[in-house]
Amino acid sequence: MKIAVCISHVPDTATRVKIGPDGKSIDPAGVTYIINPYDEFAVEEALKTKEKVGGEVIVISLGSDANKESIRKALAMGADEGILLKKEGYFDSFSVANSLADEIKAQNCELVFFGKQSVDYDNSITGQLTAELLGYSCVSVVVKFTLDNIKIIAEREIEGGREIVETELPAVITAQKGLNEPRYASLKGIMASKKKVIIEKPAMEFNNLTEIINLSLPPSKQPGRIVGTDASAVPELVRLLREEAKVI
Amino acid sequence: MANKIIAVLEQRESNLKRSAFEVITTTKNLAEQFNFESIAICIGNNIHNIDEIVNYGISKIIHFKSPDLEYYSPSAYTELIAGYAKDFSADSLVFSNTALGKDLAPRVAANLKAGCMMDCINLKKDNNELIAVRPVFAGKAILEGKITSPVKIFTLRPNVFKAEKVVNPANPEIEIIEATSLNLKTRVIDIKKSEGKLDVAEADIIVSGGRGLKAPENYKLVEDLADVLGAAVGASRAVVDAGWRNHGEQVGQTGKTVSPKLYIACGISGAIQHLAGMSSSRYIVAINKDKDAPIFNIADYGIVGDVFEILPVLTEEIKKIK
Repeated sequence: MKIAVCISHVPDTATRVKIGPDGKSIDPAGVTYIINPYDEFAVEEALKTKEKVGGEVIVISLGSDANKESIRKALAMGADEGILLKKEGYFDSFSVANSLADEIKAQNCELVFFGKQSVDYDNSITGQLTAELLGYSCVSVVVKFTLDNIKIIAEREIEGGREIVETELPAVITAQKGLNEPRYASLKGIMASKKKVIIEKPAMEFNNLTEIINLSLPPSKQPGRIVGTDASAVPELVRLLREEAKVI
Repeated sequence: MANKIIAVLEQRESNLKRSAFEVITTTKNLAEQFNFESIAICIGNNIHNIDEIVNYGISKIIHFKSPDLEYYSPSAYTELIAGYAKDFSADSLVFSNTALGKDLAPRVAANLKAGCMMDCINLKKDNNELIAVRPVFAGKAILEGKITSPVKIFTLRPNVFKAEKVVNPANPEIEIIEATSLNLKTRVIDIKKSEGKLDVAEADIIVSGGRGLKAPENYKLVEDLADVLGAAVGASRAVVDAGWRNHGEQVGQTGKTVSPKLYIACGISGAIQHLAGMSSSRYIVAINKDKDAPIFNIADYGIVGDVFEILPVLTEEIKKIK
């Protein structure tokens, strides 16, 4: 079976965000980019599935040349082939999903993994959009995945519990932390990845359906009051929470 | 002809959720500002509190009813909502940004070729356009954007928009549509609850613990305080990665972004990815030994001290007033 994993290349979560001169994007200066953390769970699940049912794992990423670093990481973990859909500028989830759906169709992948959201724009919708555009089933925010022939049983995280979802291939699965433990790339894997091909091609053009007007930093919070340095401060803290903040 | 806006309401266990009423009030307010016609949709089997919608300002509701719809079915729910939105020629749909809303809204969007603004914390009118305000980078930046497609979809972060009762509620007009020939290709067959605990994403008060608690068994101090406050238990990434707590409790950039009324951080130093996930809480209390911990930079009230000494006393003091 051909399995696709769609990954994004995002600022490290330790990044201190600064706004770029256009006022609509972040200033990339000094920012370290990494494979989106949730996408590592997606790569791992794709590899585990391949190990079970056979086939190949294709990594697809949309963006600039810089994304190759994250594609290489997935190849080093064990994916077979990489595809970079090249695109510059602003693209929203809808145009990304359209481009990805187009490539997934061309590659004839029956099972597609995404991270449940990318930790930059936090939309958490690209997987579901792609699935609908392809007419595939989809389970999002998955913490447990089993595939038996074409039947899928997946557990997805909801408020205060898990939903057990039944569906079938072809399908899109979006991975939540807890789905698995992503493997480290071995030295052998890293060496092998250097010989693997990353196919580069322009992404199919699709319109954005949203527009960014402005990006700003949140209002900075003023440091508050240190109420005390030991347990004797507790009654005063409780009084403040009750009478000043009125939250308890 | 007036433009039309749909409030999509979520039920769990046969009752509309609290966040559904936030969606109603917000939809009602938008309808008033833009002179839209509003209607609510709910999907489920029995919905016990359906009459309550009128108290929040929308009187008309479509209830798609079937025993097969009691649990969520992404395929069936998507077809019903997208189908209704087309028949009704809806211009906008409003969902709650819950686990269900996040899954469903984009599917409906793909069907309607609608742009999405997810996890909005404000919706404002500017030059007769609707501007959505939403946190990005887990709250490290705030994005203002608009949707350029004819049909528009917004999801609201729970706990941020108010659910407000109206003074003179109208009589409810509930139209029940018995839903048949459903597409149940993808469906929930069961729900596993996690010990009946409150979820951080929906809680008014959260008590979170970090590495300062030193060992998983000491988390009882956090749980005891959460119990007396009726709060949810949260966790820092460090303690989740160490396996002390489940990922469902993790607050921060690779966990949940939360905005409760009160957030109590116990033994959490405040790594930037944690602060991103909770700094929009209305009030923040920090208890930490290290006076230089970054958490104190955003806390409203702090105690520089030992969590092992302070937490039991705090729990006792709160018991006294409850």
